[in-house]
Amino acid sequence: MYSHILSIVLFTPLAGAILLLFVPKENKDAIRWIANIFAFGGFLISLPLVPWFWNLRFEPGFKFVEGSANNWIPSIGAGYVLGIDGISFLLIMLTTLLGWISILSSWTAIENRVKEYYVWFLVLQTGMLGVFMALDFFLFFVFWEAMLVPMYLLIGIWGGPRKLYAAIKFFLYTLAGSVLMLLGILFLYFHHHGATGVYTFSIPELYKTAPQIYYDYGASAATLLFLSFFFAFAIKVPMFPFHTWLPDAHVEAPTAGSVILAGVLLKMGTYGFIRFSLPFFPDVLMHTRVRFWVMALSVIAILYGALVSLMQKDMKKLVAYSSVSHLGFCTLGIFALSPLGLSGSVLQQINHGVSTGALFLIVGILYERRHTREIAEYGGISSVMPVYATITMIMFLSSMGLPLLNGFVGEFSILQGTFMEKEIAGHPGWFWAAWAVPGVILAAAYLLWLYQRVFFGTVTNPKNEKLHDLTPREIATFAPLLIMAFWIGLYPKPFFQILEQPVNQLVQNIRPDYGKPAGTMNASVQPRTAAPARQDLAKTGGIPSLLRGKN
Amino acid sequence: MLFLDHIWIIPLLPAFGGAGMLFFGRKLQKATVNVVCVGMVGLAFIMACGSVLQYTAWAETHSHQPYQTILYTWLGGDTGHLIYPTHDGAQAPFQADAGLLLDPLSSIWLLFVTGVGMLIHIYSIGYMAHEGGYYRFFGYLNLFMFSMLTLILANNYVLLFVGWEGVGLCSYLLIGFYFHRKSASDAANKAFIVNRIGDSGFILGMFFIAWLCGSLRFVDVNAFAHLGTHSPETLKYITAATLLLFVGACGKSAQLPLYVWLPDAMEGPTPVSALIHAATMVTAGVYMVARSNALFVLAPTSMKTVAIVGALTAIFAASIGLVQNDIKRVLAYSTVSQLGYMFLALGVGAFAAGVFHVFTHAFFKALLFLGAGSVIHAMSGEQDMRNMGALEKRIPVTYWTMLIATLAISGIPPFAGFFSKDEILWQTWTSEGDAYRILWVIGYVTALMTAFYMFRLVYLTFYSKPRMSREVEHHIHESPKSMIVPLVILAVMSLFAGFLGWPRSLGGSDHFARFLDPVFARGEARTLIEEGKAGQLVAAEKEEEHTSPTEYLLMVLSVAAAGVGWYMAKRSYAHAHTGYSEPIKAASPATYKILLNKYYVDEGYDYLFTGRRKIDGVRLGAMGLGEASSWFDANVVDGAVNGAGWITRTTARLSSWWDKWIIDGIGVNGPAILARMLSYPARLFELGLVQWYALVMTVGLVGFVFYYVYH
Repeated sequence: MYSHILSIVLFTPLAGAILLLFVPKENKDAIRWIANIFAFGGFLISLPLVPWFWNLRFEPGFKFVEGSANNWIPSIGAGYVLGIDGISFLLIMLTTLLGWISILSSWTAIENRVKEYYVWFLVLQTGMLGVFMALDFFLFFVFWEAMLVPMYLLIGIWGGPRKLYAAIKFFLYTLAGSVLMLLGILFLYFHHHGATGVYTFSIPELYKTAPQIYYDYGASAATLLFLSFFFAFAIKVPMFPFHTWLPDAHVEAPTAGSVILAGVLLKMGTYGFIRFSLPFFPDVLMHTRVRFWVMALSVIAILYGALVSLMQKDMKKLVAYSSVSHLGFCTLGIFALSPLGLSGSVLQQINHGVSTGALFLIVGILYERRHTREIAEYGGISSVMPVYATITMIMFLSSMGLPLLNGFVGEFSILQGTFMEKEIAGHPGWFWAAWAVPGVILAAAYLLWLYQRVFFGTVTNPKNEKLHDLTPREIATFAPLLIMAFWIGLYPKPFFQILEQPVNQLVQNIRPDYGKPAGTMNASVQPRTAAPARQDLAKTGGIPSLLRGKN
Repeated sequence: MLFLDHIWIIPLLPAFGGAGMLFFGRKLQKATVNVVCVGMVGLAFIMACGSVLQYTAWAETHSHQPYQTILYTWLGGDTGHLIYPTHDGAQAPFQADAGLLLDPLSSIWLLFVTGVGMLIHIYSIGYMAHEGGYYRFFGYLNLFMFSMLTLILANNYVLLFVGWEGVGLCSYLLIGFYFHRKSASDAANKAFIVNRIGDSGFILGMFFIAWLCGSLRFVDVNAFAHLGTHSPETLKYITAATLLLFVGACGKSAQLPLYVWLPDAMEGPTPVSALIHAATMVTAGVYMVARSNALFVLAPTSMKTVAIVGALTAIFAASIGLVQNDIKRVLAYSTVSQLGYMFLALGVGAFAAGVFHVFTHAFFKALLFLGAGSVIHAMSGEQDMRNMGALEKRIPVTYWTMLIATLAISGIPPFAGFFSKDEILWQTWTSEGDAYRILWVIGYVTALMTAFYMFRLVYLTFYSKPRMSREVEHHIHESPKSMIVPLVILAVMSLFAGFLGWPRSLGGSDHFARFLDPVFARGEARTLIEEGKAGQLVAAEKEEEHTSPTEYLLMVLSVAAAGVGWYMAKRSYAHAHTGYSEPIKAASPATYKILLNKYYVDEGYDYLFTGRRKIDGVRLGAMGLGEASSWFDANVVDGAVNGAGWITRTTARLSSWWDKWIIDGIGVNGPAILARMLSYPARLFELGLVQWYALVMTVGLVGFVFYYVYH
């Protein structure tokens, strides 16, 4: 059990999907029960990870590693290797929790093609978990692409009026990024062979050689390679200006699809940055121009997402654009390249999963009752649905970063982590933090204005007079999210402890001089020097000449 | 040390009350709600008294240090491994405690917040008796007490910020309590968002402090500030930090230019206005600046900014208050103006005087609001003073208590406001530099205005001729006991609270300032050292022993100002009957219009910053930017995406055309067509008839035979 826990967690949803294939499709309630049992079971089965991981939280390296490099397709060097660190651990727990919640929330929302819906949802769940667990690039890419298909179908079949447009846009946009990443992966793969003589997709192995590319092929080649990964992840996050698939996908997706899309899928982009871009291309990231642009795009996303959000007339679109703004904070924390910024960023990813997941559930509940998401259709809802109004208020406050709720902890860490940097891309850290801070004001503006228009005032629309308040099942979907919001807000210490080791490790790799007193800086800097025989390597290495750098 | 050791219970008591109401309140009887909510605050008050008493005893033996207790590490992993670099290149752990601190400064706030808070809770029992959402109201009120107590007792800036945002939230909830009214929810949003603007400054200020000191605990920050000399570079950053903190204070304590939310906040129920928007929450900014006094005294620019903003706010708000007709609005502008006084005091380095004014103001302003509530209650909800008058005999207790509060705020001895306001003006006068004389003049004129608008309120409400409708007049009644008792207690406090700070010049010993000495004395001493006058420190203290004749002169002058204001109000309004004339309107209609419309600041903000109003059809401000961004997003960013899609589809169509007509058409089918055309003649022979083939074969055979035969 202990040694195969990751595989068990990974394939529980898939087992459910396979079981569902044998249930007649007319038997809707049985299908719902089975899907819910497997989703909830998937969450329960991931719970033992918590105490086990807790004991290992300060240990370096990946935990619960399963399989060994190249054991899957030895001839090309692909392996079935799973393993997690603090960052992926938190994201996995978020995925199993949100997976359960979204499947529970679909009980009455999905009436046609019930069987296919749950099958695809469970497949999606396995795909997402795999992305966070894989320690082999081949395996990672399989999961990364595999999870596109079910999401495409969820939007395309169970979506709203423009579902086909949204689904295709989502699919093609993401695929375009993935293709570039595939090229990047192959470059790393062949470069590794050139440097060591071994063909492998093993991520820990590639960590050792990838940073050398900067010295083997020069800065511009390394930057291009960085960009090939950057586009894939930036589209997924999504960062400005690659974000426009998101509002469409959210608006058209069914509620549970939106919850998973915002809660987990977007985190794959930020996870990719942390897991791959940072350790693979430390020198590219420290380059002034690259760093300036990634920071600037993050800040633009924060402000721009919030401003666009302010003017939306559709609730789901508003929440979608607020995601752009919140993810801007996450990327800001990542590219600040400080331990504090990174911990804040991962924490904020969890927070965003909790709060924005809840916001989509909230919109979904009104949609299910009234079949419209136009803000103008509502008003005075808090007199009709008081429990719902209270939960909404708490989740709105969490989303806008009110202290003692989760959002504040993440935003505060990110901003402080950014602020404390002496210099980021030619500007002091406080410069970047000061640009990001107005996002917090705007968040209050768009959320409170939305709340006012939907919940306050008198009921002006007769259709809203008889709406029933939350059912026990709906309250059950919110309960875990509320608990998480308060837990992270009141006692985030365990989360910081879990993140401490991986983020310090990352920053140590990128900036060996980090945190050392200023005087000793020069002495202690051990720049990654060029590999001894880099010229030869480029000439004789197993890299196809097309990919080879100019030198 | 029973109370002191369990000081963390104080904020938790109302937190439980509030949480209980929000979870189970709907099913509870009103009596239960009263017992729980008022009981929690009452217990908190008792514990607060006990804690402060024990603290004073404890401090005697601990060289007047603050008492600090840390419950757990709130932010950060508590391992010391999550570090950030500070300004001198050292490392500091990222950490914020859930920890509490009690010192003389927080003691004062603790006492009056729980005390006044308890009285207002009791008052609310009567005031809200007939309102819906009773449990909700008390739940929010308890939640507010929790946040305010967290703010006061926090031992670091981040936890202070928790309370800071928390009181902002409760203020939002309570302003919007009557959420059916659009004006109420508008005002609530305005309050929260304007406060957020201030908060963003606060956050950045906090980061500067963390960057400078490597810690956000008050004791560490003070130790850093008191530590030897600071380089000019460091002092520059301290100035930036303190200015940013002051932006936060401007938001919370309604100073220029962020004061706009407070007058609108009067949409909330009156007890809320009394508790949150007069006595407690709005003084949080003063508390925070006083708390950071060690840093502020190192930044003369910040001190001057605080003083100037304070003085300008004082006179600006007072001038608006001169002409308002809504009884609560007059009081709201009066609050803004009085807060300006407090900041003036802080800015000239008279921290103790500023805090003293907070203390006395809490009593008389809470009393004024509660009195106004009692008047509104008696007038069946009427708030417009133009429709009041001659209530003196009808609601005598309200009248007498409000009169005491008016005398107190106008600065007439021996009422509380006299002592604190006089101290502020005196300290302003004695500050070095001519600029401070201008500030004194501003403060002095404001004092005159204060007396005028307050007595205007009293005359229009309680004297003059009755101007209400007959039906309203018929219903006028004195408020129930639960409302009257708090009024009387507050009136007593308004009368006597000033004695705590009886100045030496009048033979007192200024207990209040002595009590605060451990918090401020070192800071004040430092100001002098910074300015190179260390030697004068002793002299300055000596000077305080002897009082100069100027002080008596200024005292007489300020009482005279109050008297003049009173007289002017009396002359204009003592006999006001329906359609009375405003003296300012008579003197200058244009000025009156500007004042009545609050200098058109709200309109200006709507045009420039929020974008709720358009200028010639053009929207500016946040909404303007939002509209522009939305357009940009839909047309340019998404346009590019759709454009890429269009290009792909068009090229696909083109290549599909090319494929069909050129490659397949000319390249593949072309030769085929050619072959078909060329084969046409040959095909003519292919008729598919066996007889025809047989005939051709026969003819051919015959042909061959003839050929060979005749060749």
